[in-house]
Order: sequence, then structure tokens, then C-alpha cells
Amino acid sequence: MKNDDHLDFDFTEGFIDSPLSRRKFLKIFGGGIFIFMTVGEMPAWAQEGSGRPSRPALPTDFNAFLRIGEDGRVACYTGKIEMGQGVVTSLAQMLAEELDVALESVDMVMGDTDLCPWDMGTFGSMSTRFFGPPLRAAGAEARQVLLELGAEHLKLPADRLAIENGVIYERANRNNSVSYAQLTQGKKIARHASGKVPLKSPDQFKIIGKPVFRRDAYAKVTGQAKYAADIQLPGMLYARILRPPSHDAKRISLDLAAAKQIAGVQVIEDGDLIAVLHPYPDVAEKAISLIKALYDTPTSGLNEETIFAHLLKVAPEGESVGENGNLDQGVQQAATTFEQTYLDGYKAHAPMEPHSAVVSVEGDKATVWPSSQTPFRAQTEVAKALGIPAGNVRIISPFLGGGFGGKSANRQVVEAARLSKLAGKPVQVAWSRQEEFFYDTFRPAAVVKIDSGIDPNGRIAFWDYHVYFAGERGSLHFYDIPNSRTAAHGSGWGSEPGTHPFATGAWRAPANNTNTFARESQMDIMAAKAGIDPVAFRLNHLSDEKMRRVLQTAAEKFGWKPAAAPSKRGYGVACGMDAGTYVATMAEVAVDPDSGKITVKRVLCVQDMGLVINPQGATIQMEGCITMGLGYALAEDLRFTGGTIHDLNFDSYEIPRFSWLPRIETVIIDAPNEAPQGGGEPAIVTMGAVIANAVFDAVGARVLQLPVTAQRVKEKMG
Amino acid sequence: MEELIQFTLNGKPVQLRQDSDRMLLWVLRTDLKLTGTKYGCGESLCGACTVLVDGEAVQSCQTTLKEVQNKSIVTIEGLAQNGELHPLQKAFMNNDALQCGYCTPGMILTAHALLAEHPNPTEQQIIDAMEDNLCRCGAHKRIIEAIRMAAKEMGGQKHEK
Repeated sequence: MKNDDHLDFDFTEGFIDSPLSRRKFLKIFGGGIFIFMTVGEMPAWAQEGSGRPSRPALPTDFNAFLRIGEDGRVACYTGKIEMGQGVVTSLAQMLAEELDVALESVDMVMGDTDLCPWDMGTFGSMSTRFFGPPLRAAGAEARQVLLELGAEHLKLPADRLAIENGVIYERANRNNSVSYAQLTQGKKIARHASGKVPLKSPDQFKIIGKPVFRRDAYAKVTGQAKYAADIQLPGMLYARILRPPSHDAKRISLDLAAAKQIAGVQVIEDGDLIAVLHPYPDVAEKAISLIKALYDTPTSGLNEETIFAHLLKVAPEGESVGENGNLDQGVQQAATTFEQTYLDGYKAHAPMEPHSAVVSVEGDKATVWPSSQTPFRAQTEVAKALGIPAGNVRIISPFLGGGFGGKSANRQVVEAARLSKLAGKPVQVAWSRQEEFFYDTFRPAAVVKIDSGIDPNGRIAFWDYHVYFAGERGSLHFYDIPNSRTAAHGSGWGSEPGTHPFATGAWRAPANNTNTFARESQMDIMAAKAGIDPVAFRLNHLSDEKMRRVLQTAAEKFGWKPAAAPSKRGYGVACGMDAGTYVATMAEVAVDPDSGKITVKRVLCVQDMGLVINPQGATIQMEGCITMGLGYALAEDLRFTGGTIHDLNFDSYEIPRFSWLPRIETVIIDAPNEAPQGGGEPAIVTMGAVIANAVFDAVGARVLQLPVTAQRVKEKMG
Repeated sequence: MEELIQFTLNGKPVQLRQDSDRMLLWVLRTDLKLTGTKYGCGESLCGACTVLVDGEAVQSCQTTLKEVQNKSIVTIEGLAQNGELHPLQKAFMNNDALQCGYCTPGMILTAHALLAEHPNPTEQQIIDAMEDNLCRCGAHKRIIEAIRMAAKEMGGQKHEK
């Protein structure tokens, strides 16, 4: 991301509320070749072709574009952001490949609302999946335009020309050449990608599919990478905001006198927003601690144990996710039935970078540097809070210190915007770790109830699946089951008031972690009862070729020898599907017979994600998923009483550490002719089940609740 | 209490007249504009704010100015010498030992102190040294590999703290 390089652009034309015409838009940029593209579905307001009031001012008939500048450099402008997942590298690879330029000459300009077209946000493992194909098409189209220009320039037919590293040359005479930079001099050509120029085939790839190191690593190992809280503007003040002790608390008294005594502190009181501002963050911190406020805190008394009964009580009717066969008939055919309830508590995102934002409000304009997965949503929210048109708000996306779904809500951005307006100065709001835990949009607590049965031959006869409040992603099974029903009761977030004691939201592979834990545990329970090896039991019910392949590959690489569980080996298996990607994971654990403590010794994960753009990046995402997944599998479980959160820092909310690390092996199935699928989330979904299943295999303890803690194992061991 | 604080920062002398109870983290980030040192938890629980004080890895969020009087501090910005990256920085790059990068400065400086103590660390020594540095992206495996590579690159010799 080279946002800083573009801060000097002269936007004297001013931005108007209705979308700019493309002609006017092009004026901003000077010369070059522009290819516009449309990725996925455009928002309704854009499709209608009417510039909705207060929408960003960029043209709306495309949502990304690339530009080959007069210096020959290629820039891709997209509203997506980089948060560690590596798209700054993989997207550039795709573009460099189709354009035949060096990877180094591609710049990614991301998440800047003045330069990049509207985008809904970065989540759902969608950047490579949905953005990739049109990006490649645009690259191919640009190459075609340049080839035509080159042919004209060299006075040779295009079929006698070749391109390498941004230079077009005559095949027969390499010295007869012209560069992209030369060809773009003084030109301004704009096209909308037609999708008619053929893409390269996998055997032509020179950059796609080759491992590439992160492009942002230098900035990150030298401390130069700027995150939102690293932005310091002249005259900027650091804010601390008064927080209630509980989500249920109502303030009944307020005494600001002591805080006001501190030299240089500005106290702001604006309705519900009480804040102190100071040029030093630590002085602001001291001032906020001197504010005396009393609260009335009624509480529901719900906690991490009682929440599940509450959720079942308030659950709405289920909505069908999928059905086949006849459930009643299936029940008739079953010889053994299994009725289980699976529980999963709240999980925090806990990115290492807490939410932060710098906002500078000047007159009716605002410039914003947020830690956000949704820069365009932040733009709208800031505009609303300040009562100015969205086109007057510029969001510039700095590096993001981890998101995992937790940086979509932008509460801190709105806080900083309000305070900047009130103070008349740039303001930084950077949450403390306690605020980060308190205002997290937690992965929702959820319940899954499964009723299933097997016939006398060990084949699944029926499957009745109900998920409560996790959400439906990953709820649908992929096994051959003649009679089944899957229903989702409530979604993962946006539930009726009174459902959860605090905010919930998307957490890396939302819903799918809970659903996969329940489904794959149930599969193992049935396999064990039938006395069948859990891998064989799955294969007996799998005709999906891709799932068979990842599972068989995993068994082979892991060295899985068939045995019914519990075999005392501590081997576990789980399959999953997320964001179009197929996953099979195997694990080996050891369980201490006295304490129930689990040591994960080995995790092997096989993934089929279609075409892999950057195998190095994809591998790292898998390793990250496995490591992060150990947290929710083994330890993470938010403790609370009503709206009071008890886990507010890393002393009590445990996330994975170096000593937890198993031997990690990853395998990516080679499928270059398939469309690319998601990579940032899929491998995490199997982690709960694979650990629970391995624990059962080790000591015969079946834990039906995440996390699988030593205490829960011990209880089941009896 | 306001007093004159002096220390060496990344090889250069620094003098500040400041409240000596202020935490080093905020002075580095705000007064001295060195934002490579990160806030992560404020309670020495995550290691994001780790800097070297006389070669030891310390959490700057819980270290006062008073405590660094006349000492030598190295932050991530001071690790490269004359534009040449430190072997640990190179190894983190070459092993892709980072994702979001927020914990990276603290990881590298903690590893720096480890290698000063144990030029040829065992796997267990690496884990013990790095245990209290948290990473949410899950780069742990590669961080261990990077530290091993850097140790090898540095020849397994005791180096200056």
C-alpha cells in the first residue's frame, strides 16, 4: 500500500455528491492507460445509475481499475485492504502475470476512498476469489491495448511481437523494441474491461502459482509500517473516553473536576460521549482515571454457563438451509440413534492492534486514518456523524494490525470524528486492550443440536441438524445421507435485542467453526459406535470427489492407519468446507491422564482451493488458521456476567503461544485449472473438531463443548 | 516528578526534561516519534512494546523514564546499521515470519536479546524466550524458523548486546 505516495494529489476540482463522470474522473490522474472493471455485483445504488445522495463521488459503473502510468508503472486501485492476509501480494501477482510486467513495478493502492472505487469491505475470503478473475481480465485487456499500440509504433503485426517485463519487442530482433512507458507517453486511453481478451493458461504462468515473499515485509521488520495509531498530525490530541463498567450500566453521576485540574487537558462532554484530550496519550489516560462516575448496573445475570439455555429459550423458528429425502423414513431405518447438543461460547477477535483511528475535521471536510476492514462503511458513518456529505470524507487505509472480522464496525472511527469536530483539532482514538475486549463484536455463543442415526450396516440413515445463533455458514453437510434436514435458528449477528448480552459479529470463518465442530464430532460419535475407523466412515459417505481427495491425501501424508476410536493413539480427523475450499485436517494429541491437559503434537491440513495464486501466501494462511484455531479449540472462552466482561486482557483470555505449537504440515492440492477459492479462513474451521476427536481417540472422553479444556476432558474421563 | 532524563537511543544521545514516571512506550511513540514500538496490552502481557535496554528485552509499556536514566535503548528503528538490515530482520523477511506485522518489532527485539544470551539456541530456549510475545495471526512456526536462520547467519557467536 503506498497511500502516502498519493497524498500529494491535487484534488482542486473538489468532489461533488453525485458520481463523477468518467471523463472528469480521468482528469485527476493525468496520462496513462486505464482499464475499469466490475467485480461481483455492484451495489444497488450504482446499478440504478443514480448517484444516491451522500455517496462517494467516484464513478459508479466499476469498482476497481488499473492504470499504466507514463512511467510504465502499473497501479491497481481497489477498496480492499491488507490486514496481514497477503492480498497486497497476491493481487499484484495476478496483475503482473497478465500484463507481462515485473511484480516490482505493480503498486497496489488500497482502501483510499478518494482514489479507489466503492467496495463493501474485506472479509469472507473473497478478495482473491471474486476479485482475482476480473483483475486478471483487466490486466489481459491492458496488455492487448499496449500490444496494439506497440504494433503501431514498431510498424509490425502483433503476432510478430512478444512482451517481457513491460517491453514489447520483435521476436526476430529483440533490439527492435518499445516499452510500456514509452507507449503511454502523452496518451490517455480508457476502456472498460470487456472480458473478451483471453487469460493466460496455467502452463504460461510465470508469476501466478510461484511462491512470492510478502511485499510489505521490509516496512514491517524496520518499524516503518504505519498503522492507524502511528499517524501523528500537527496539533493532534490523544483522546481517552469514559467507559461504563458494563454493557448494562446507566450512568447516574459524573464528576469531572479532578480531570479538569490536569494541565493541558481538554474535557469534552457531548451527550453520551465524555472524553479527555491531551497531546500525550498517557496524560489523557491519567485524566480519564480521575473522572468519578457512578453507575446503576442492572444485570441479566447470564454468564458463560447459563447463556446456552437462554439462547435456546429465545431462539426463533428455524429456517431451512437444506433438505433431502424423508426424515421420518430415515428414523424408521435407523438401528441406533444419536441425539447430541454441542455448545460453543463467545470468542474475542483479540487482534494485536486494538481499534484506533485518527480523524482530522476541517470545516465541512474530514480526513480519516482508521484501523478498519470496511473503509467505505467508515466513510458513510463518519459523514453521518458529522452531518456532511460522504464525498467530503476521505478514508485513507493504513496497515491493519489484524482483523479476523473484528474491525468492521468502526465505532472508534466515529468517536474520533466527533471529538475532532468538537475539539477543532485532529484527534486520535486508540483503544486500550480493555476497551478492545469490551467493545469487541464477539463470535456468538451458539448451540447445535443434531439428531442422527445409523442403520445396522453402519450407514447414516438420517440427519436432523439445528444450529442456534452461530449462523448457517458451514451448517450444510456434504455427506451422502439419504434423509436429512438442516435448519438455522437465528443468525450469528443482528439478532433480536435480548439475545446476546453484548455485540456479536463475524469471526474468521463465521459460523463455520461452530458448525464444523458439531458435524464432525457427530460423525466421529457415530463411527465409534459402529466400530468403524473414522476416516473409513467418512469415505463410506462421501461421493464428492474433491472432499474424498483431500481426506485421502491427508490420511496418506499423515500415515493414518485405520482403527476404530478410541484407539489410544490420540489421532483425530475432521473435514470442512468454507469459502469454496475443501479441507481435511488430522491431528495427534497426548492427554495427561491425571489432569486432562492436552498437548497437541501434530496437525496436518490438506486443502483444495482451486488455482493458487501465491502458494507461499496460501501456506502461511493455512498455518495461521491452524495456530489461531488452537485457541478456540483449547482455551478461548469469554467469561462474563450479564453485560460485564471479565476477560479484559491476555492474563485471563488465553490465546495461542509459542509453547502450544504442534508440528504443522500443510498440503495444497494442485488444481491450476479450477477457479481460485478462499484461503484466509477455511483451514481454521476444522480445528475444534479435530482436537475433540483426537482427545476422544486418546482417552475416550467425548467433549461436546468448545473449548476442549483440561477440566472438561477430566470430567468426561470420569 | 519532572527531571532531566538522559539515555542513548539507537546510538544517539537523548536528553528530555520530563515527568520521570512516564512510561517509555509513550515517550518513544509521542515525544520521539518512533512509532515502531507498539501498544498491545499496557500490562506487559503481550510483548508488542518490547525494546532493548542495555541489551535486555523489556516491555516499554511498564518501564518508566526513570528506569532508563543513563541507559542504552534500541528500538526496531535502530536495528539496521548503515542501511544494512540486521540478520534477524532479514530472516523474518526471508521466512515470511509475519502477517499483519504488528507484533513483529517486539518479536525481533525479544529474539535479539535471546541470541545475545544464547547464540545457538535450542528449540526450547527459543520457545521460552518468545513465550510471552503474542501473535494473533499465527506466524509462530515461521518466527521460530527465522530465529534459527538468523542464529546460523550470525555464526553462533556471542554478539554485542
